[in-house]
Amino acid sequence: MKTKKFQFLEHTADIKFQAFGKTKEKAFENSALAMFDSMSDDAVKEKTTKTVKVRGKDDENLLYEFLEELLFLFDSELFFVSKIKNIEINKESKKSNQQSLKAELVGDSAENYEMKNDIKAVTYNEMFVKKNKKNDWVCQVVLDI
Amino acid sequence: MTIEVKKVSKNIYEIPKTSGMKVPGIVYASKKLIEKMKQDKSLEQVMNVAHLPGIIDKSIGLADAHQGYGFPIGGVAAFDMDSGVISPGGVGYDINCSVRLLKTNLTKQDILKKQKEVADQLSRKIPSGVGRGSNFQISKDKFKKVLEKGVPFIVEEGYGKKEDYKHMEEEGCLKGADSSKVSKRAMKRGLGQLGTLGAGNHFLDVHYVDEIFDEKVANAFGLKKDQVTIMIHCGSRGFGHQVASDYIKAMENEYGFKDLPDRELINAPIKSKLGQDYYNAMACAVNFAFVNKQIITHWVREEMKYMFPDVKIDVVYDVCHNIAKFEEFEINGKMQKVCVHRKGATRSFGPGRKEIPLAYRKVGQPVFIPGSMGTPSYVLVGTKKSEELTWGSSVHGAGRKKSRNKAMKEMSGEEVKEMMKKKGIELRASGGYKLISQEAPYAYKDIEDVVDVVHDLDISKRVARLKPMVVCIG
Repeated sequence: MKTKKFQFLEHTADIKFQAFGKTKEKAFENSALAMFDSMSDDAVKEKTTKTVKVRGKDDENLLYEFLEELLFLFDSELFFVSKIKNIEINKESKKSNQQSLKAELVGDSAENYEMKNDIKAVTYNEMFVKKNKKNDWVCQVVLDI
Repeated sequence: MTIEVKKVSKNIYEIPKTSGMKVPGIVYASKKLIEKMKQDKSLEQVMNVAHLPGIIDKSIGLADAHQGYGFPIGGVAAFDMDSGVISPGGVGYDINCSVRLLKTNLTKQDILKKQKEVADQLSRKIPSGVGRGSNFQISKDKFKKVLEKGVPFIVEEGYGKKEDYKHMEEEGCLKGADSSKVSKRAMKRGLGQLGTLGAGNHFLDVHYVDEIFDEKVANAFGLKKDQVTIMIHCGSRGFGHQVASDYIKAMENEYGFKDLPDRELINAPIKSKLGQDYYNAMACAVNFAFVNKQIITHWVREEMKYMFPDVKIDVVYDVCHNIAKFEEFEINGKMQKVCVHRKGATRSFGPGRKEIPLAYRKVGQPVFIPGSMGTPSYVLVGTKKSEELTWGSSVHGAGRKKSRNKAMKEMSGEEVKEMMKKKGIELRASGGYKLISQEAPYAYKDIEDVVDVVHDLDISKRVARLKPMVVCIG
């Protein structure tokens, strides 16, 4: 059975979701797709490509930085992500949890589509990155809107 | 988690100090509103704030409190200048998300004659919605001046008049703004967003004064029955969010969050370099938001003038909702400067405070409580009592009670628009019909409940009620 990529949960004021993956990379990828899914219902074309690199002190911090970077690209360049390719997460040293993430983003300008939500910020509120009982990775995120 | 809530007196509830809390939590709300708060994490967040170093007296939740990040929305706390902290989570991501009220020399009848045209013209002129850029162009150098000098600078550039900023909190410029403390990223994110309303719960409404409760104060504010007013609610857009994110990151790097009950309560000592830097950058975002509304005000004037050649539009006041400020209060019989965080709360100073514009100093500052889309909004006046109870603060709105998903399931956007039309309200939404039902009136707590509490507690007093005729949302 194919596992669900992400699901939205009830939250009074903001948007809350969980994203899943067999690997941490996949769960991060699905988190990004969940965020953009909450922003528009349109099928966004795969027109342009960008590379993104971020660093984080722990899993949550890395996820926060990753989603923030995508939001920054959206706010400053109206770049809407429809697909993520070749996502890689690497530990920078054996001693610390410091990690870096690299990914290729594919998408199009948001100008060409109808947006339904304005994400103000990614938050640490109720955020977690962990493995569930089935040994799958789960990321939970609340977006401030 | 069950939280013990003890009734102190009518509309005042205490969350007693438990381990780790430096002060008790005090919630100013009715029993009905407290029960609503128990359904999310608002009360837990009031308790969490009580853990922060240097917090004075109590961690406050106001009648409209609902779950936020770090602090609850509708949360107020004051910190000692020497031992206390400043926290980006206590201000919020949308720094200086705020409300401005404009008054006109038009009456309800004038608008009714051209209601559709007014809705169309205003919604066309004021950019709102997601990913819609601004019609306002500015150089980088001038953008820096906007951040540091606020509304007085943009008025010099031809956007409005001196009287406008004389009737604003901080006269439209929070001192201490230093654009060198703002990241390039924030600059890049903000440059194209000046002069845009944004989306979500941000709006531009045309109201008429439906009822006056306090003739004397209404006179001082220049409001009378059937007069047309215009309300603008927006903030610092992506610029403020980036400033918040940048300093949350910097503070985490410097201090870590191991000792905090919630990662988003990250903070820095007020007197530390990082604490000061955050304040200087936050002040830039505060000024961004003031200027944002000033540009929108200018466009509102232009559009209204086109439809009503003799129209005169003046600023009643502009109040901040998400902010940290240094203010003086009487503590143990002595005046003491403290750092007040208001997150989703309005300053509500009573008569006599030097911070209030001269025109209102005898009566107290105007306080605006916007209703949800389609319900009335209130003008109130600040009181001395608020300085005793809530660090001179009052509520900022009705507060959500239903999630956006639930709200969308209840009615479609088309149905909401139809419902509004039956109430005599012209609604315009640039984000399409989906957003309309997210912000539907039934998604919010009853504004009357919230206003009753602050009026009964005397932390602000009813002055006038405004009924919407035109609502433009993002």
